[in-house]
Amino acid sequence: MAKYGKGRAAAALLTLSAALGTLSVANAAPARAAPKVHTIVMNKMAYGPSPTGLRAGDVILWVNKDMFRHTATARDKSFNVDLPAGKSARMIVKKAGLTNYYCIYHPGMKGQLAVAK
Amino acid sequence: MIRTVTMALALAGLVSTAAVAQSGAGPTDPQIAHIAYTAGQIDIAAARQALAKSKNRQVRAFAQEMIRDHEAVNKQALALVGKLKVTPEANPTSAGLSKQGEQKLREMARLRGPAFDRAYAQNEVAYHKVVNGALSSTLIPQSDNAELKDLLQTGLRLFQEHQLHAEHLAQNLQGRRSKRK
Ligand SMILES: [Cu+2]
Repeated sequence: MAKYGKGRAAAALLTLSAALGTLSVANAAPARAAPKVHTIVMNKMAYGPSPTGLRAGDVILWVNKDMFRHTATARDKSFNVDLPAGKSARMIVKKAGLTNYYCIYHPGMKGQLAVAK
Repeated sequence: MIRTVTMALALAGLVSTAAVAQSGAGPTDPQIAHIAYTAGQIDIAAARQALAKSKNRQVRAFAQEMIRDHEAVNKQALALVGKLKVTPEANPTSAGLSKQGEQKLREMARLRGPAFDRAYAQNEVAYHKVVNGALSSTLIPQSDNAELKDLLQTGLRLFQEHQLHAEHLAQNLQGRRSKRK
C-alpha cells in the first residue's frame, strides 16, 4: 500500500496543484474585467428581474419608471436608494453574496441581488 | 373598531349594490374611472387631516405617502380619461363613497393625540381593504378599456401595499400604548 501509495499521492498532488493553478487563473481573470452596468427597472409596483452575472465592483443603474416614489433598501442596510417617480440612480455593488432588498414605502415590493466576488 | 368595520361593510355594500344596480351589466368605464378617482381623493383628504392633526412621526410619514401615491394615480387617471376622451361619470357608488368619507372626516375631527392616530391607522386598514375588495371583485373585472384595467391593476397593488403599511402602523401604535400601561 505504502509503495504505490506514495506515487499515487504525488500524482494526486500534481493534479491538485494543476487544478488549483487553473482555478486561481480563472478567478483572477474576471476580477480584472471592467465593471459592468446592470439595470433594474421599477415599474407598476414591482422590481424588474434581478441581473445575472453580478460581481462586486459592478454598477447597478436603478430606474424608476413608475408613477410612484420607491426605494431599493437592503435588509442588511448595506444600501438604500430612494427614487422619486421617473428618476434613476447609479450604485456600486460593494458586497458579494445574497442581499435581499425591498421598498420601504411598499414593503411587498421585494428583490434579491446575487453578487459574486 | 366596531365603527370601522361597520363602515367597511357599508362601503362594500355600496360598491356591490351599485355595481348590480348599473343596468345589470355593471358599471361603465366612465363610472369606474369616477369611483376609482373618488376613492383616491377620499384617502388624500383623510391624509391631509392627519397631517393637520397628528404629531406622530410615523403617522405623518404614512399620510405623506398616501398623498404622494394617490395623487400620482389620480393624475395618471386624469391623463388617461383625457386621452380616451372619456368624461368620468358620477354615480351612486362614488357619491356613497364621498358621503362616507366626509362623515369619517367629521368623526375624526373630534379626536386628538394618540386616539386620533390609532383611529386613523385603523380606518386606513379598513378603507384600503374595502377598496381592494371593490377593485378586485368589481372594478377591474368590469372595466372594458385595457389601459384603464391596467391602471386599476396597478392601483390595486398600490392599495394592497398601503393596507399592509397601515396594518404595520396600527400595530406599532397599539404596541406603544400597551408599553405605556
Ligand atoms: Cu415602492
